[in-house]
Amino acid sequence: MTQYLLSVHGSVDAGEFGPYESHEQMMKAFEDTGRFNESLQERGHWVFAGGLMPAHTATVVDGTRDDVVVTDGPYLESKEHVGGFWVVEAKDLDEALALAAEGSRACRGAVEVRPFQSE
Amino acid sequence: MTDEEQPTDGEAVTARIERLHREEFGRIVAALARRFGDLGLAEEVTQDSFAEAVRRWPADGVPPHPPGWLATTARNRALDRVRRESTRDARHQEAHVLHGLPGDGARGSYGGSYGGTDDSALTSIPDERLRLLFTCCHPALAPATRVALTLRLLGGLTVPEIAAAFLVEERAMAQRITRAKQKIAAARIPYRVPSDAELPDRLGGVLATLYLVFNEGYLPRRGDEAVRTDLCAEAIRLTRVLRGLMPDEPEVMGLLALMLLTEARRSARVVDGRLVPLAEQDRSRWDADLVAEGHALVRECLRRHRAGLGHPGHHQLLAAVNAVHTDAPTAAETDWSQLRALYDQLYAVTPTPVVALNRALVVAELEGAGAGLGLVEGLAGTLDGYQPFHVARADLLRRLGRSDESREAYARAVAMTDNDAERDFLRARSEEA
Repeated sequence: MTQYLLSVHGSVDAGEFGPYESHEQMMKAFEDTGRFNESLQERGHWVFAGGLMPAHTATVVDGTRDDVVVTDGPYLESKEHVGGFWVVEAKDLDEALALAAEGSRACRGAVEVRPFQSE
Repeated sequence: MTDEEQPTDGEAVTARIERLHREEFGRIVAALARRFGDLGLAEEVTQDSFAEAVRRWPADGVPPHPPGWLATTARNRALDRVRRESTRDARHQEAHVLHGLPGDGARGSYGGSYGGTDDSALTSIPDERLRLLFTCCHPALAPATRVALTLRLLGGLTVPEIAAAFLVEERAMAQRITRAKQKIAAARIPYRVPSDAELPDRLGGVLATLYLVFNEGYLPRRGDEAVRTDLCAEAIRLTRVLRGLMPDEPEVMGLLALMLLTEARRSARVVDGRLVPLAEQDRSRWDADLVAEGHALVRECLRRHRAGLGHPGHHQLLAAVNAVHTDAPTAAETDWSQLRALYDQLYAVTPTPVVALNRALVVAELEGAGAGLGLVEGLAGTLDGYQPFHVARADLLRRLGRSDESREAYARAVAMTDNDAERDFLRARSEEA
């Protein structure tokens, strides 16, 4: 089994309802995502998952030099940011891609699939 | 040459090794990849095994069963490497995981595991090339990467050869291939033939990759050669292998027929470095054997459809189009209404503007250049960035005597190609407008 990071990308800061067009759509996406999470647990793929607050609430800390530098905002200036993620276990990439497709449909966002280092 | 003959002549040995390289490289890589679960290792030891043959055979003579010798040498090197590595246990375990999945989704006939260490198993290596082909053409890899990997691991072409064929810097090509192998290992792209449910989609990716290799050889986008025969030959060779491995897939048959019927016209299409359009080709220069083989495959496809085994797919229809062209003794005798019917079917399967453009050119033959141009103009919005659109438009305008507009269209088409032979051809045509 390999662990994969499934991260959801979208213009999270877009409007009143984030990337969603309306309150109803947002609620529907939350509901579908909740159901997807449950099914991940039932099928034994679940490791961890979480939704993130909007990117403007982020802070970057750079401790690579003598003085620690703290900057307001996300690391990359971008219109699109990671809005949430799953960590799943799957037997191979085909299975991980199939899970990502389900997750993408549920949360209504494109999902990036990336393997974790195995050792 | 039989296995018993021992060529003493160095050149004969070299030629023998070259032929074995083409025929056996992919097979050995595929078998070892399955056994050790490590594509990079499989590739390196297979390469080493051929290098060893180059060193030893001219002096020692060719062994009695050369493919078995090459496979055994490669396998022994792989075993040595695995034993030597300090991460031996981890690697063994990893190999085990990949190796231990023969059943999952694989079609029964291809799922046979490659067990045993005795040499009898090695001399009759199960053909694992189908798995390797599906791995190299996985949808998680970019199309250009699929092409490079397929040529390297199945075709046995060297990195410099692939880089040269695609006019890419050698270092960039090496990096592309290394990264792809890394991704296959790290992301665990499975080493298996897709299940029946996934097969139509996934097979499409494999066929598209092989056709990309062929087209890059047939219609090079850049350079001073009108055709790069080595790529065409390699694409046909690999498609023949695929046909042997999946003899009942009509789209594989269709793709092979399409390539053969296109390749058959090569020596008539480029004469003294000049491009000759289909209508003006000397048809006696077409390769009659390739035409016959292509026609036989198209007939076999037709028989299956008449027997009610599904509808013809994209490649079969394109092959049928080429069969109609190659069936006509002269350009004037081309069965254009048959072609229109085929393009109608093709548009139903693949409703793309490119298919619509080709259909418009058939309409131009049946109903006149004006009718064709009307349809072509309707595609201007979507095909403005597509060079053959401007070639088609220029040609129809020329036939209608609208010289100024035609020359303008030819100028755009010339500006959009980097192939010297095609540029010369279009310039000459423009002057006739």
